[in-house]
Amino acid sequence: MASVSGEVTSVLQPASRNARLARRRSRIMREKAIELVLFLAALVSVLTTIGIVYILIKESVIFFEEVPLWDFLTDTQWTPLFTDAHYGIMVLLSGTFTSSLVALAIAIPLGTIIAIYLSEFAPFSIRETAKPFLELLGGVPTIIYGYFALLFVTPLLQWFYPALPGFNLLSAGIVMGIMIIPYVASLSEDAMRAVPMSLREGSYAMGATRFQTATRVVVPAAISGIGSAYILGISRAVGETMILAVAGGMQPNLTFNPLEPAATITAYIVQVALGDLPHGSIGYQTIFAAGLTLMLFTLACNIAGHVLRKSFREAY
Amino acid sequence: MAAPSIATVIEARPEARPQAAVKAAARGLSFYYGDYRALTNLDLVVHENRVTALIGPSGCGKSTFLRCFNRMHDLYPGNRYVGEIRLYPDDTNLLAASVDPIEVRMRLSMVFQKPNPFPKSIFENVAYGLRVRGERSRRALEDKVEAALRGAALWDEVKDRLQDLAFNLSGGQQQRLCIARALATDPELLLFDEPTSALDPIATASIEELITELKRHVTILIVTHNMQQAARVSDYTAYMYLGELIEFGVTDELFIKPKNKQTEDYITGRFG
Repeated sequence: MASVSGEVTSVLQPASRNARLARRRSRIMREKAIELVLFLAALVSVLTTIGIVYILIKESVIFFEEVPLWDFLTDTQWTPLFTDAHYGIMVLLSGTFTSSLVALAIAIPLGTIIAIYLSEFAPFSIRETAKPFLELLGGVPTIIYGYFALLFVTPLLQWFYPALPGFNLLSAGIVMGIMIIPYVASLSEDAMRAVPMSLREGSYAMGATRFQTATRVVVPAAISGIGSAYILGISRAVGETMILAVAGGMQPNLTFNPLEPAATITAYIVQVALGDLPHGSIGYQTIFAAGLTLMLFTLACNIAGHVLRKSFREAY
Repeated sequence: MAAPSIATVIEARPEARPQAAVKAAARGLSFYYGDYRALTNLDLVVHENRVTALIGPSGCGKSTFLRCFNRMHDLYPGNRYVGEIRLYPDDTNLLAASVDPIEVRMRLSMVFQKPNPFPKSIFENVAYGLRVRGERSRRALEDKVEAALRGAALWDEVKDRLQDLAFNLSGGQQQRLCIARALATDPELLLFDEPTSALDPIATASIEELITELKRHVTILIVTHNMQQAARVSDYTAYMYLGELIEFGVTDELFIKPKNKQTEDYITGRFG
């Protein structure tokens, strides 16, 4: 081949060689232009993130000039609108923590079981039907989940436990868990399907049942993907706003009891952002400090997810 | 290919041992992937404590045949067996609908083409079959794992790091680990599906040596695409082509004076 193409080159006329060079130049230019467009597109997301972090930090600095960080972290009251103002983020964090815990207690076990079923047990036809439905569940607007919690789940829970207040973290947490199930299930299922068939065959060949194969071989092999699914679930729970704003009650309340109403960080931000506090007032600045806390929390989750993926990297 | 001729390999081996008891027998076995018939009316006898090799060109159905023995085809929908595979001494038909494939796999073990250790420690990989059989005693597990690792000639290399992940072993070690895993449950029949096709020549030699060693205690059925390997390790050889069994016999006889023209063409390299 090489000798043939060498001959062809040698007999080329100078004119056609120039034309070829010109084509090559234009191709290189085109490649460069495409590369630039792709780079700019990637840059947009990076710049957005930097912009958000910049604004959160800048505005939070104004807040922390008024309120010492120590008070922010340790105060047990959150009353920014009162004359005797207190800014204890613990109060909002407790609401976020409690509702997220309820949600994860629902979403992680159910999501994992659904993923195991779909990946290892369900016949092809059921899996192909169930997955779109599951993903549809993830597409329901959260405001609808919020009203579902307030108008259906809370009355249902009150039927078992009449003393339950109309707004409470339990009902909001349960519905939030239902909302997160599809994310956990779908991502975990993807991770398990990616486990090569040869591992399953190895397990079956040893006389293992389907259940043993699923729990002892497939799940451990997919653990990093399943772990990331859980982390995403946690991020969703911590950042969820509407369900808690509608059904969780909006009063700040330092509690870890899901039967009580309480505000979460997100619900508080909605409340203030929609309220009539003047921009620039210290009350208004609180939402940036709260927002920054939320972001740091999600960041920690993402880092944890990253570490998890690194340390349990699939090696098959 | 500087490999020695088949005849040289055969002559270098100790003479074939006398006839042994029958451990398993396929009778009139056909197999279908959906409507496609992959195996046609196979008859094959597997002798106890001997190595039986299945050879033939790619796509001849030798792996498909091997995977009938432990009912691996049951894992996928649309597969169908006709005929029977009898396992002795109890004369069970492994393919009978009334026989649970899990029961079959409890009695037979398999080693695959590519090493497929589980994402577990070396110890837990070998203990896997025992654990799925419900063995809980730490002592019994430790004893059997050690015996299996010794049986697979891996013990000395891994005894100080049994808790390491199996993935950290080399390819050849991983395959010997898979053999240890298969041995740990005292299988009546050990199935090898081209166990050295993913390994380098040195690792291949150690696996072959191991197979020769193992047949003192275990009955082995091995699929190989490498005729030299069949000649080196097996006592009996079956030549398959297009889903049919063309010739079966004592390895030395089959390789030195095949009765069938097709077999002769294949083993002399004129075809395949």
